[in-house]
Amino acid sequence: MALLQIAEPGLSAAPHQHRLAVGIDLGTTNSLVATVRSGISMVLNDEHGYALLPSVVHYGSGGEVLVGRAAQDEQSAYPYNTIVSVKRFMGRSLMDVGDVGNLPYRFVDAPGMLQLRTAAGVKSPVEVSAEILGALRSRAEQALGGELVGAVITVPAYFDDAQRQATKDAARLAGLNVLRLLNEPTAAAIAYGLDNAAEGVYAVYDLGGGTFDISILRLSKGVFEVLATNGDSALGGDDFDHRIYCWLLEKNGLSALPAPDIRALLTHARSAKEQLSDQNEAHIAAMLSSGELIDNVLTRSAFQDMTQTLVQRTLQALRKALRDAKLTAQDIKGVVMVGGATRMPHIQKAVGDFFGQAPLNNLDPDKVVALGAAIQANVLAGNRGGDDWLLLDVIPLSLGIETMGGLVEKIIPRNSTIPSARAQEFTTYKDGQTAMSIHVVQGERELVSDCRSLAKFELRGIPPMVAGAARIRVTFQVDADGLLSVSARETGSGKEASIVVKPSYGLSDEEITRMLHDSTQHARDDMVARALREQQTEAAQLLEAVENALQQDGETLLDAAAQAQIRGSMDALRAVIGGSDHQAIKRAVEALNLATTEFAQRRMDKSVKSALTGHKLSDLES
Amino acid sequence: MLPIGTDFQQDFFSLFNLPARFQIDSTALEQSYLALQAQVHPDKFAHLPESERRLSMQWTTRVNEGYQTLRSPLNRARYLLSLHGVDTQEDSNTAMPVDFLMQQMEWREALDETRQTKNIAALGEMEQRAQHEMRFLQQQLAVDLDDRHDYAAASGIVRKLKFLEKLAEEIGSAFDELDS
Repeated sequence: MALLQIAEPGLSAAPHQHRLAVGIDLGTTNSLVATVRSGISMVLNDEHGYALLPSVVHYGSGGEVLVGRAAQDEQSAYPYNTIVSVKRFMGRSLMDVGDVGNLPYRFVDAPGMLQLRTAAGVKSPVEVSAEILGALRSRAEQALGGELVGAVITVPAYFDDAQRQATKDAARLAGLNVLRLLNEPTAAAIAYGLDNAAEGVYAVYDLGGGTFDISILRLSKGVFEVLATNGDSALGGDDFDHRIYCWLLEKNGLSALPAPDIRALLTHARSAKEQLSDQNEAHIAAMLSSGELIDNVLTRSAFQDMTQTLVQRTLQALRKALRDAKLTAQDIKGVVMVGGATRMPHIQKAVGDFFGQAPLNNLDPDKVVALGAAIQANVLAGNRGGDDWLLLDVIPLSLGIETMGGLVEKIIPRNSTIPSARAQEFTTYKDGQTAMSIHVVQGERELVSDCRSLAKFELRGIPPMVAGAARIRVTFQVDADGLLSVSARETGSGKEASIVVKPSYGLSDEEITRMLHDSTQHARDDMVARALREQQTEAAQLLEAVENALQQDGETLLDAAAQAQIRGSMDALRAVIGGSDHQAIKRAVEALNLATTEFAQRRMDKSVKSALTGHKLSDLES
Repeated sequence: MLPIGTDFQQDFFSLFNLPARFQIDSTALEQSYLALQAQVHPDKFAHLPESERRLSMQWTTRVNEGYQTLRSPLNRARYLLSLHGVDTQEDSNTAMPVDFLMQQMEWREALDETRQTKNIAALGEMEQRAQHEMRFLQQQLAVDLDDRHDYAAASGIVRKLKFLEKLAEEIGSAFDELDS
């Protein structure tokens, strides 16, 4: 890969090379990849012209892995080895998934997240998702003719921390640099808002294959502000299929079917659901492995009756989101429909009736999320100047900690704009106590047992003191991806000890490396070469950034000695960047980062000050 | 090096370029917020080195915290008092006027009743009343904080307002409960 061009000192920086970045919609049913070319966001098709990659992964007994349509062809014959809708298992334990009897898999219970036994061994949902992401990455790199600088991966807005972390881990496992996890309805709002120059308060109703989100956004020139979000990360088109499936079982007096029959009937249920979007009835005919024939006709009205409670659940979430935003249905200027499941006529009608206006369907509900993600990826990769927009998103579910009696104390409330942080002080309750445990949960309920447990960790090494003397300051930080990190610091004794805690279900860097190693697709040489290229790219970007910063602010913010020191670190990095020792490059990058820390802080202070003096909002909007 | 130290400790009113008063210009607050976000938001730094990304996250977190603090009347009053060195003693000082406590008990009982009878209309009325009461307390806060500088009185109102915010929150949960 070509290195980025670095302008010589004294010359103005050359317009930098276009950085290849993509947006990926990792969906329950289908996944897509899109990119911005010549200023236009477009979905990248596969070699057969298909935009949608079915989110299906097949593991063969010979170790071969199929993704997409080829995997889909195997799903009825090899249900255990063909994973469909894996997104529903991301960051979920066996207990969370519930109805496992009606899912044709061999589940393995594991701490934090379930796993699946396949012909190629036990696979975690993260590994399965990584195969889908890897296929999209290859598609993009072939289409764009180079390695990607990074990707924006979309997640349901209502995904909790465990589900987000699992998604990010899957992307890392697929060798993608994650520029941002972006909420699906927000991505759709970007695509819609920019396309239509929309202004005002909009609702995005996003019913996908397995998840439902409702987001209320205020769009004003240059700003996309999420006011509130709600949803159900286990409600989607799959559940409508499941209702038809249960109806088929009931109609035919069936129970406890073998896995291939379950998969076959679910597939028939899905196509019946799709037919009922344009027709008044659907004919379902199938032969079971026992030889028994299934032959039923499902009318649209019967289908609508059996799924009415699902539609009601979405409206309930909608009302909650509006209440959180302190708005009513009349305040909403437009409702953008997203997700293939919104094609169902009774969904369109229910949403239209609720808002008293026809929903907006002018962007393809299957593609709009990927298109919006690509637009944001282009911005995040640094391909646009200062004329981009501001995206203010929120955390969907409150974060809290367990207190006495199994109750939850909320630390960061839902719908807080991210990034967000809150510090809380704790103290010891016994003399000489040297450890304490902290339990972090996510959810809206009062009892710990009704919320999702994110992490339980122990703070050790507290200096022995009398009860109540130790001061342990625990900071909860939610980053721009909506991911939580927790750090703790003992301040009472004067000496500070700090730790960083990662939730238990996240993968460590070592685990990612091991998984990459284990994977047959990634030979060791490839990995070393890739690590070197990545390190070189990062180093080149750093040099470019520092050079630009020095040209802008070096003279005003730094004296000659400080400038010389930074130049020295830059030269040291330039001396090793072309070599093959990626550790040496890494060390030089770290040294340069350290040398510029103070400079970066001064630059930030300066831009904060300039933000409020003279620069009024009108400047930002241009 | 030139003396432009990192002023991360400046108070939120200075950060948002607003006078340190309870009554604030909410439009000016929002404009400052957006102007600051446009400078510090992580999306502007995603392609830059790790150290700058971290700095951006810290700044944005602070800007968000400041906005949350100044936007909410209760948080703003509490923060303003803390700048004057006054602790509002919301956990320790439970000595509330008797008539206020009586009124609170009446509201709690009424809330329980609407929950049991699933009376959404009554819940809506209650919400209106709570909002009205909160606006009244906010007007009092403006007088005590900005005109009379009576911080002890203002602390008392903050404690009352906290009770009402808790009530409003419970009314919100009751709406969710009746809707499921």
